[in-house]
Amino acid sequence: MAEGSVAETKEALAKVGYLADEPAALVSYLAQNLGKPVLVEGPAGVGKTELAKALSRATGRELVRLQCYEGLDEAKAMYEWNYRKQLLRIQAGGEAGWEDVQDDIFSSDFLLERPLMQAIASPEPVVLLIDEIDKTDQEFEAMLLELLSDFQITIPELGQISATTMPIVVLTSNDSRELTEALKRRCLYLWLDYPNLEREMEIVRLHVPDLAETLTRRMVEVIGMVRALDLKKPPSIAESIDWARTLLLMGAEDIDRETFEQSMSIIVKHRTDIDLVAERVGVKLADPLRTQG
Amino acid sequence: MPTPYGPRAEAGPPGLAAKLLGFCEELRSEGVAVGTSEILDAFAALEMVEWTSQADFREALAATIAKSQDDRRVFELLFDRYFFRAAEAEAVQREIGERGEGGGEGDEGAEASERIDMDELREQIREAIMEGDEDRLRDLARLAIAAFGRGEGSGVVGVDVQRIRRTLGLTAGQQPPTEDGEVRPPIDREQLNRFERHLRRELERDLIERTETLPPSRPLAELDRALPTSPTQDLAAVHRAVSQMKRRLATLGHEQRGRRQASAVDVRRTMRASLETGGVPLRLKYRPKRPRRPEIYVLCDVSTSVTSASVFFLSVLHALHDSFRKLRSFVFIERISEVTDVFEHERDFRVVAEKISSEGGVADVSGYTDYGRVWLEFLTEISDELDPRSTVIVLGDARTNGREPHAEVFAQVAERAGRLFWLNPEPKLYWNYGDSVMAAYERHCDGAFECWTTRHLENFVNVVAGGVPADT
Repeated sequence: MAEGSVAETKEALAKVGYLADEPAALVSYLAQNLGKPVLVEGPAGVGKTELAKALSRATGRELVRLQCYEGLDEAKAMYEWNYRKQLLRIQAGGEAGWEDVQDDIFSSDFLLERPLMQAIASPEPVVLLIDEIDKTDQEFEAMLLELLSDFQITIPELGQISATTMPIVVLTSNDSRELTEALKRRCLYLWLDYPNLEREMEIVRLHVPDLAETLTRRMVEVIGMVRALDLKKPPSIAESIDWARTLLLMGAEDIDRETFEQSMSIIVKHRTDIDLVAERVGVKLADPLRTQG
Repeated sequence: MPTPYGPRAEAGPPGLAAKLLGFCEELRSEGVAVGTSEILDAFAALEMVEWTSQADFREALAATIAKSQDDRRVFELLFDRYFFRAAEAEAVQREIGERGEGGGEGDEGAEASERIDMDELREQIREAIMEGDEDRLRDLARLAIAAFGRGEGSGVVGVDVQRIRRTLGLTAGQQPPTEDGEVRPPIDREQLNRFERHLRRELERDLIERTETLPPSRPLAELDRALPTSPTQDLAAVHRAVSQMKRRLATLGHEQRGRRQASAVDVRRTMRASLETGGVPLRLKYRPKRPRRPEIYVLCDVSTSVTSASVFFLSVLHALHDSFRKLRSFVFIERISEVTDVFEHERDFRVVAEKISSEGGVADVSGYTDYGRVWLEFLTEISDELDPRSTVIVLGDARTNGREPHAEVFAQVAERAGRLFWLNPEPKLYWNYGDSVMAAYERHCDGAFECWTTRHLENFVNVVAGGVPADT
């Protein structure tokens, strides 16, 4: 799906199990055609990482993933010299001249490729996922700039290494800190939010087709209610899918108070949240008047 | 499906480039950072999508220009003002309006045709709601506003939304059957909400047009009002300011992280460095210390002299607790009392406020603040844990009621903590008048700010983040 249109992109994503909404489909389409990185922000569990995975599946490209964390440095993100091999080379080639050895040990044979380098150097086009970029510090962001704007990495001993194929780059952020302007400037921006009722239903039905439609609808409604509460960790899309599977296994006919309380721990995973949800949502479920719509 | 008012106008007039630049210019004037590279991207993106589809056009622009949610909000508001206005024009042209309602003016024929219009509109809205067609819903919302909303709005958007919805006779739940007796599927609350959201957006936009000003463009600016009087009133606003503060604090202080004070040897880097000396590890390389999360200590005055401000302060505290895991909070009057637990276990703000006043254990004999004693107690209780990575924030008016201020103890606190800020609920003018000993404390603070509105809070956040103070 190299060229195509927005609709085709959407369709291709749907085929591999990711139901993108309009903005997500459009940005994915633009990312492929403009060759710009995409910065995806949004609350946890709305499918940011999944989007990148789906893109890789839909385009048939390999996914190269860099998980960010505090203290991540270039040795783990970009490249590193393989010092063991370099040592061996120095000791093995005793009679070779120093010049030769020096040239040799700083050649690409002695380079350990880390995810970013891997993505750049890959002969096949890849999808590069830089996950949770907000977990790193600003210095790391600055280091990414060269990669993001020019798709190249400069290694002092070797010079520039440019991408031979254009990777699709997806950066995700949970918005736990403000990213720098410089980084944002180089990216397309996509804000993913929790899907609306209809779309979430489609998503759940795509993954758990065996669950009765009415029950799915009911379940998604309850999820919506739970998300509307002020929780420490609102249920993610993956959790609603898990819950749907659980309901299927339990053979539930309807979500009544009992089923809900038994299976609630799948979607709510914080003690204070559980109390709150049981109090606010559980009560509603018991009331027969409030059952459909 | 054709729109109710015929095909859309042709997009892509010759002046689009100029129009787009004008649009960016306008965004800039509202504080969105639109650089040349963004504009170039926008043009590149537009080459890729169909201009005739509004959703695509808008999303393509948004993805390249608006790079945060705040920006996106401004973008949305400006976008419609700048581009598409076809629906209103159409409504005016077709003279759909509220003329006949209530007054009974106009002849029978006009009234009848109007009823049909109304029914038709309602029908179309129902359809669009069922289909979930956002584009159409928005157009219909505009049409509805043009029909019933213009001119006689109450000025309060929320009220108008409900009025229009009622006029249209749209309700959630079971729908009356069609004229041919067909049963219609029920509309649920969520779907109706979506329509109401469109109505709201359109009304807001209308308001913008009439008053020719944007509603305060950045979320923080809109909170610029006097001290919240009810606890929950501005809670959301305070929360937003604090979450911004969190992001700034989270990235601050990282630059102080050095490799020098590190302890563990980094074998890999040591070996790498040893290459220069022929494989003999002459120089040890150390693993850098992980940056620690900021620790925050907040001390909040809850005495009678700051009664009006303490609600605000407590809500700040409440919001801080939501954002920072390593936060310890204290309230004080004569003595100090740690309330971290209360905030951690109770999420409802009102309950928190009650608990603190009932079991905070600070309302002592006199009920007058004793700052000196507070510092002494704070220092004994917490001194071991204060380190250069910790931030202390004091919320109080520095009125000691004539007691010993113990500024030297305060200085010790300031010395141990990395940063110390004071937020004073009184205007600077009143500082050091009467029993206020602000000057004695201010010397030791990294910053002292007047703070009784969320605007001030934002200002504080800005300064903390190393930015320039916003004009207050």
